[in-house]
Amino acid sequence: MGPESLEAKQKAAIEEVLKAYPEKAAKNRAKHLGVGGPEDESQKTCGNVRSNKKTVPGVMSQRGCAYAGSKGVVWGPVKDMVHISHGPIGCGQYSRAGRRNYYIGTTGVDTFVTMNFSSDFQEKDIVFGGDKKLAVCLEEIDALFPLNNGITVQSECPIGLIGDDINATSKQYASKTGQTVVPVNCEGFRGVSQSLGHHIANDTVRDYVFDANPKTLGAPIEVTEYDVAIIGDYNIGGDAWSSRILLEEMGLRVVAQWSGDATLKEMVATTKVKLNLLHCYRSMNYISRHMEKEYGIPWIEYNFFGPSQTIKSLRKIAAFFDESIQAKCEEVIAKYQPLVDAVVNKYRPRLEGKTVMLFVGGLRPRHVIGAYEDLGMEVIGTGYEFAHDDDYKRTKDEIFRSTVIYDDVNEYELEAFVKALQPDLVASGIKEKYVFQKMGLPYRQMHSWDYSGPYHGYDGFAIFAQDMDLAINSPVWAHTKAPWDKEGEA
Amino acid sequence: MAALRQIAFYGKGGIGKSTTSQNTLASMAYYFDKNIMIVGCDPKADSTRLILHEKAQNTILQLAAEMGTVEDLELEDALKPGAGIFSPEMPHGWINCTESGGPEPGVGCAGRGVITAINFLEEEGAYEAEGLDFVSYDVLGDVVCGGFAMPIREGKAQEIYIVMSGEMMAMYAANNISKGILKYANTGGVRLAGLICNARMTDFEYDLAWALARDLGTQMIHFVPRNNIVQRAEIRRMTVVEYSPKADQALEYKELARKIINNDMKIIPTPLEMDDLEALIMKYGLDEEADEDNIGKSEAEL
Repeated sequence: MGPESLEAKQKAAIEEVLKAYPEKAAKNRAKHLGVGGPEDESQKTCGNVRSNKKTVPGVMSQRGCAYAGSKGVVWGPVKDMVHISHGPIGCGQYSRAGRRNYYIGTTGVDTFVTMNFSSDFQEKDIVFGGDKKLAVCLEEIDALFPLNNGITVQSECPIGLIGDDINATSKQYASKTGQTVVPVNCEGFRGVSQSLGHHIANDTVRDYVFDANPKTLGAPIEVTEYDVAIIGDYNIGGDAWSSRILLEEMGLRVVAQWSGDATLKEMVATTKVKLNLLHCYRSMNYISRHMEKEYGIPWIEYNFFGPSQTIKSLRKIAAFFDESIQAKCEEVIAKYQPLVDAVVNKYRPRLEGKTVMLFVGGLRPRHVIGAYEDLGMEVIGTGYEFAHDDDYKRTKDEIFRSTVIYDDVNEYELEAFVKALQPDLVASGIKEKYVFQKMGLPYRQMHSWDYSGPYHGYDGFAIFAQDMDLAINSPVWAHTKAPWDKEGEA
Repeated sequence: MAALRQIAFYGKGGIGKSTTSQNTLASMAYYFDKNIMIVGCDPKADSTRLILHEKAQNTILQLAAEMGTVEDLELEDALKPGAGIFSPEMPHGWINCTESGGPEPGVGCAGRGVITAINFLEEEGAYEAEGLDFVSYDVLGDVVCGGFAMPIREGKAQEIYIVMSGEMMAMYAANNISKGILKYANTGGVRLAGLICNARMTDFEYDLAWALARDLGTQMIHFVPRNNIVQRAEIRRMTVVEYSPKADQALEYKELARKIINNDMKIIPTPLEMDDLEALIMKYGLDEEADEDNIGKSEAEL
């Protein structure tokens, strides 16, 4: 099939999907769906899709909320701080430990990531305000968990509705104890997706970690010429660790990981690094830009999914430093080449020519494309839950021919696209998983790697390749049949 | 037994809602033998002070907060019989009092508190008391959010009395409250039952109140004149009816009580646009003062 007929087929699929909507919804959704090509200069984004707009009411969106963006993504993985879900119990409990942000430490003693701290609002706290309860929570946390290095207060919706002043309570407690207490006004109803939560959380890092932390800043930090920080790696299944070793092997000193397996102290220390390495652009570009402006720290984006992108990124990072680093970078690349060859030789023949449809958040809708291509697979459709224009612009560089682009795709649309484009694998988030598995389609959950990972770096690529092979070539698919297919037989 | 009637008093803050409502309800009990429950829906909890001879000590929300949850609270803890002539032991009608209470100013959500309190009274059967003729809600200031509209939702107050005066702001508020009633009128059956003009003795007050009532589609059910005996009774934490049942002012409240009991004019209001409201004030009231050319001019400039 030539690219032209492919593009026509893709455009027809979009037309078909839109037919199901009432006029107003169709008009709205049409702007979020498109066919992107790598060379189409006329496109402002990719596939000319519009993004970061309110979801159409009534559809099953896969998006999260501002609280999810702050508590679930940016702040939650900071391991030596306690993150209070401030409000009724549900938000904290249903977001607890779901993202597999790995960390080292003794949970409940010096690290707290997988625990759920909630102020557990009752009716009376809504009516009379929850500020007094919050003050008690802060005290109890310090009494029960004396090794915590700070507390963040993650606002749930009711806090914003009743106007509780968490900033005042936090400030009061911080000044009394010298403790870092970060109030985050990330009420779920704010913004159109979790994306605003990332931004709000980034801003609180600026205000409460960088600007207002004399206690932690006081300790002198040893600096070297080769200090870097990993920004926007949440260490899902150990991703940051399999990234970090490569940087260390090429002679760099990784001072901080944001925010997977992170500590408050290393976040403070980041203001002294020579270069910030930004993986998830969407969720942490704000603080990277701030550090550039305020502390003169340059930042570059990198991609450690699949060997092609990893090698490209390693060289890009090395080019920032002297020749000794560049030489060691080549050594690292050479060292891992046999592993890459072995993985590709084993899995590529089994996966060659298979097609994938992606729908994820953050950076993965574009970053993992290269990893699939390294295995001979093609991504025929991709989209983001909560991206902005700049994410789609970057996506254009990753695709090699026309690809269906769907922004904030909903359950109906994704299912319809899968039926129209018939990929060999669907790779998306948690909510869609069972829809496609019940359709009898190979599926990988690319939100937290389906209990697997890491997927970053060379070690991650080996696991990634194995997981995709397991999903697509599992003999189980020959034995399943959907009920409606069975009926047809009878 | 006649069907329970649920009424509510709304009106601009400081207009004298609580005073007017307590004096009127006291008359309904004393002169017409009606049994009444007053539900104060104001965090200040001062809607029953004149009936109880003291500020309500235990509000529903305060008790609920002390006990942990509202489910742990018993009705008899939160419902107080009236003092003096309004006690169930006395002849004539009785008055039971309860206050929702709520947070101190500036924190929490008083609106949610009103919802919580009214749900509690309903679940505990406060509306099913033996011989109860009237439930009266006294709601703070303006209908600022959904919580303060709770008393006019379906199954709650069916008759709304707006306490107002001839002052411009009180008339704006009355018009706004009518908008709130209109919103719930078609779905819930709430009706505007009249304006009570609590006279400030401003210029053309009677005419203005009467005209506003007409334009809203309702009646000015009573024009309550100003009389210092109200303040004298209030300082003794009493209603005029109890303090001096033969006084002229007591008879005014008696007349208002009679009109409310026999009121058969309950309508869906037709709130005015801002321009119409200002035109009305110009027409009936200060026509010279509010000439178009004079807007924004000080007294000295004219």
